[in-house]
Amino acid sequence: MSNDWPLYEVFIRSRSGLEHKHVGSLHAADATMAVEHARDVYTRRQEGVSIWVVRSSDIVASDPNDADALFEPARDKVYRHPTFYAIPNEVKNL
Amino acid sequence: MTFRLALRLGDTSLVLGQRLAEWVGHSPALEEDLGLANLSLDLVGQARLLLSYAGEIEGQGRDEDELAFFRDAPEFVNLTLAEQPNGDFGRTIVRQCLLDAWQLEVYEGLMSSSDTRLASIAAKAIKETRYHFRFSSGWLVRLGDGTEESHRRVQDALNELWRFTTELFAADEVDDALAAAAVAPALAVLQPRWLARIDEVLQEATLVRPPAVPYQWHGKRGVHTEHLGHMLAEMQHLQRTYPGAQW
Repeated sequence: MSNDWPLYEVFIRSRSGLEHKHVGSLHAADATMAVEHARDVYTRRQEGVSIWVVRSSDIVASDPNDADALFEPARDKVYRHPTFYAIPNEVKNL
Repeated sequence: MTFRLALRLGDTSLVLGQRLAEWVGHSPALEEDLGLANLSLDLVGQARLLLSYAGEIEGQGRDEDELAFFRDAPEFVNLTLAEQPNGDFGRTIVRQCLLDAWQLEVYEGLMSSSDTRLASIAAKAIKETRYHFRFSSGWLVRLGDGTEESHRRVQDALNELWRFTTELFAADEVDDALAAAAVAPALAVLQPRWLARIDEVLQEATLVRPPAVPYQWHGKRGVHTEHLGHMLAEMQHLQRTYPGAQW
């Protein structure tokens, strides 16, 4: 039965103020059912306060074959990390 | 009197929870397996609170486990509908929807009970019961308004189980006394609300409500269908064989 249902990706927000994180996927007949399934499958141990679901087929992903072209150029540019600044003592909570 | 009520509510939750647990590993989909197990655990949780309270009121040293595992069928006072076998998924959903809607009304009424312990148990239970009803009514609409076969199956189940609904609102001397003492809501007041709720779901599910059946079952007085004994034999087997065994 579940093989006939489309796949949904599930995102859970674990606490207010935090972002939704991908936790896995599941099958459901439609979006409403997907939210309920996500509640039953992924929030049984108090993992979340909010659920997003999206059809897996609606996700546009980068092609793994393009990985070199997409990600290689960033590898030798450590100066893009904000780690070269001395933080003034007066600045708290950075 | 309150002992009887706590026992009836607790037994109904326990028996229904045990029935749903029978689905574990057998559901049509992994997601439903977890869904039904969640419902089951919620119901067993309600049963624990209610049976513990019943044991305290009784004052003879019987705790929740003693009440759950060492009473025979005639001493169980659950609604007869709760003990009906699962059948197919559709039949389980029909039974669930009818009882979820019933529990919604009962717990809502009990939240303003003069018995503060019952009121607090109801306040906790109503939250999960709202989800149960959302789950079961959602599925009933899907199946009723689904394929020709799913429609036929849930309509058949509804026709077969409807005769047990007369008992849901048939008040006896216990119910009357507790309603008069503002411990429990009057069942007669709850019935039209329950029916309206069920009618709304049935209409959306394109299902036909069967005619009322005058014959009344008496599960809550300890008179059961033959199904309860078989269910209890399985549920109680371990504790009866090894009394006091701990997990």
